[in-house]
Amino acid sequence: MIVAKGLRKSFPVKSGNDVEAVKGIDVTVTRGESFGFLGPNGAGKSSTMRMIACVSPRTGGDLQILGLDPERDGIAIRARLGVVPQQDNLDEELTVRENLIIYGRYFGISRAECRRRAVELIDFAQLAEKADSKVDALSGGMKRRLTIARSLINEPELLLLDEPTTGLDPQARHVLWDRLFRLKHQGVTLVVTTHYMDEAEQLCDRLVVMDGGRIVAIGSPAQLIAQHSSREVLELRFRPGTQESAEDKVVELVDRVEILPDRILLYTDDGDAVLDQVHAKGIHPVTTLVRRSTLEDVFLRLTGRSLVD
Amino acid sequence: MADRLTPGRLISHQPGRPSGRFLVWEYLLRCWRGYLFSSLTEAVGTPLLYLLAMGVGLGSLIDSGSDAQALGGVSYLDYVAPALLMAAAVQVAAAESSYPTYSRFKWTRVFWGVTATPVTPYEVCDGQVLFIGTRLLAGSALYFLVLVGFGAAGGPLGLLMIPFAVLTGLSCSVWVLALGAHIRSEGQAFNVLFRFVLIPMTLFSGSFFPITEIPLAFRWLAWISPLWHGNELARGAALNSLQLWPAIGHLVYLSVLLVVGLLVARRCYRTRLIV
Repeated sequence: MIVAKGLRKSFPVKSGNDVEAVKGIDVTVTRGESFGFLGPNGAGKSSTMRMIACVSPRTGGDLQILGLDPERDGIAIRARLGVVPQQDNLDEELTVRENLIIYGRYFGISRAECRRRAVELIDFAQLAEKADSKVDALSGGMKRRLTIARSLINEPELLLLDEPTTGLDPQARHVLWDRLFRLKHQGVTLVVTTHYMDEAEQLCDRLVVMDGGRIVAIGSPAQLIAQHSSREVLELRFRPGTQESAEDKVVELVDRVEILPDRILLYTDDGDAVLDQVHAKGIHPVTTLVRRSTLEDVFLRLTGRSLVD
Repeated sequence: MADRLTPGRLISHQPGRPSGRFLVWEYLLRCWRGYLFSSLTEAVGTPLLYLLAMGVGLGSLIDSGSDAQALGGVSYLDYVAPALLMAAAVQVAAAESSYPTYSRFKWTRVFWGVTATPVTPYEVCDGQVLFIGTRLLAGSALYFLVLVGFGAAGGPLGLLMIPFAVLTGLSCSVWVLALGAHIRSEGQAFNVLFRFVLIPMTLFSGSFFPITEIPLAFRWLAWISPLWHGNELARGAALNSLQLWPAIGHLVYLSVLLVVGLLVARRCYRTRLIV
């Protein structure tokens, strides 16, 4: 569905040198797959997505979407894509139903067919009660669901979701994930950008970790964790000001330690055993937690920074 | 590759798909429904007020003055009525091309949604122009009817005021559309446009008095004003004094302004939406 080789994007800046947002990435997404771009803000995820969506010409490298070149066949490609942008761009003055119908019309779908699909999609987005309300009156989560529903009006083969759940409360996020999960099972190819590792773990079969415009790792969530992290993580929190004195003592207990401003992370295959050793050394954190490794730990390993600053 | 498009598929995907510009036009018409009543009330109410105040009120004072030939022997109402119609068209054109359009780039970001579909930035721009043209046509037709009510619409040729108003309005509109797509933050651009371009243009384009009253050194300001060209055409039509070559000159000037402005506006839309 998507083949990128050495894909680059830079933006001219008034004050001198161009800013390189994407510095040569190789990506292949196959049909039916859920693929993720994980990385912090400014990693180049959105720039990559805009190039895939055929609304941003590439600066260099090769890019094929659905076997076509975005430069030449942008219109034909866009006819088969669904796009959920980072910021909603619904028409707030129109109703939920009108937003769907109007959007379908842009694809050249007949009015009658647009109306029929709108009914289905309103149901899919669980917005039946709000169908004829103005978008203005919708909550953030509802608007997001409507934006996703709208992106499906042309029955796309490839759905691009840029930060689909950023800014939503946990419940709204789970509703959205459920909807996306259904799409995935219907065979729609999903491409998601996110800076939430839980979202990536929930939605993606395979993902790349991006940082500073480059891909720093690629694989399934489980593979990435296995390759770049340990099975378990022991988190230690200390009373403010007392963490520093403990740092030297715990470093020798395990192979890898991450020291964050508010806690220490110890990477190990047996968190409970290490916790016993910590206590044996006379170190008494305020709270302790043994958990499984997540993509956050992978990211920390690969870049030395956490995902959400 | 496996999912390569067959040519047949490419074609069959767009059977009779209307041009994107008409789809954007359709969208804007649908939005217009939300404020159709208020905009049409305004289209009738504003001329009523202006005609009463300027045409009848001020006119009675002017018509009783010493020099009856100053306006070419017509009453002030007849003199000012075509210009009021044109001024209203320019007002509507500027208003529709500024904030509502700008907000679709900046606040609601609607245009980014539109160009994620097969619709291109050029078509978005053209659709705007089509809509504003439609809006001008409806508004000017209503204004014309009010003029008929005041007996100030002239003879059958007076009907030409309607297309002249659409042309004049659009020749201004495209430049405001270009500006709205170009500016990244609202700043003072529209304020400056309305206060220092639009109002002076309305006052000094031969709307309320002949531009021969303007000192020669400043008269070029009227000559470059699209509204002056529109006024000349509209007044000529209503008073049945249209002369062929000057009329062609005015039409060419306004058409060039419209076409060049449209090309510039399209470019601005493209630059803004394709990053």
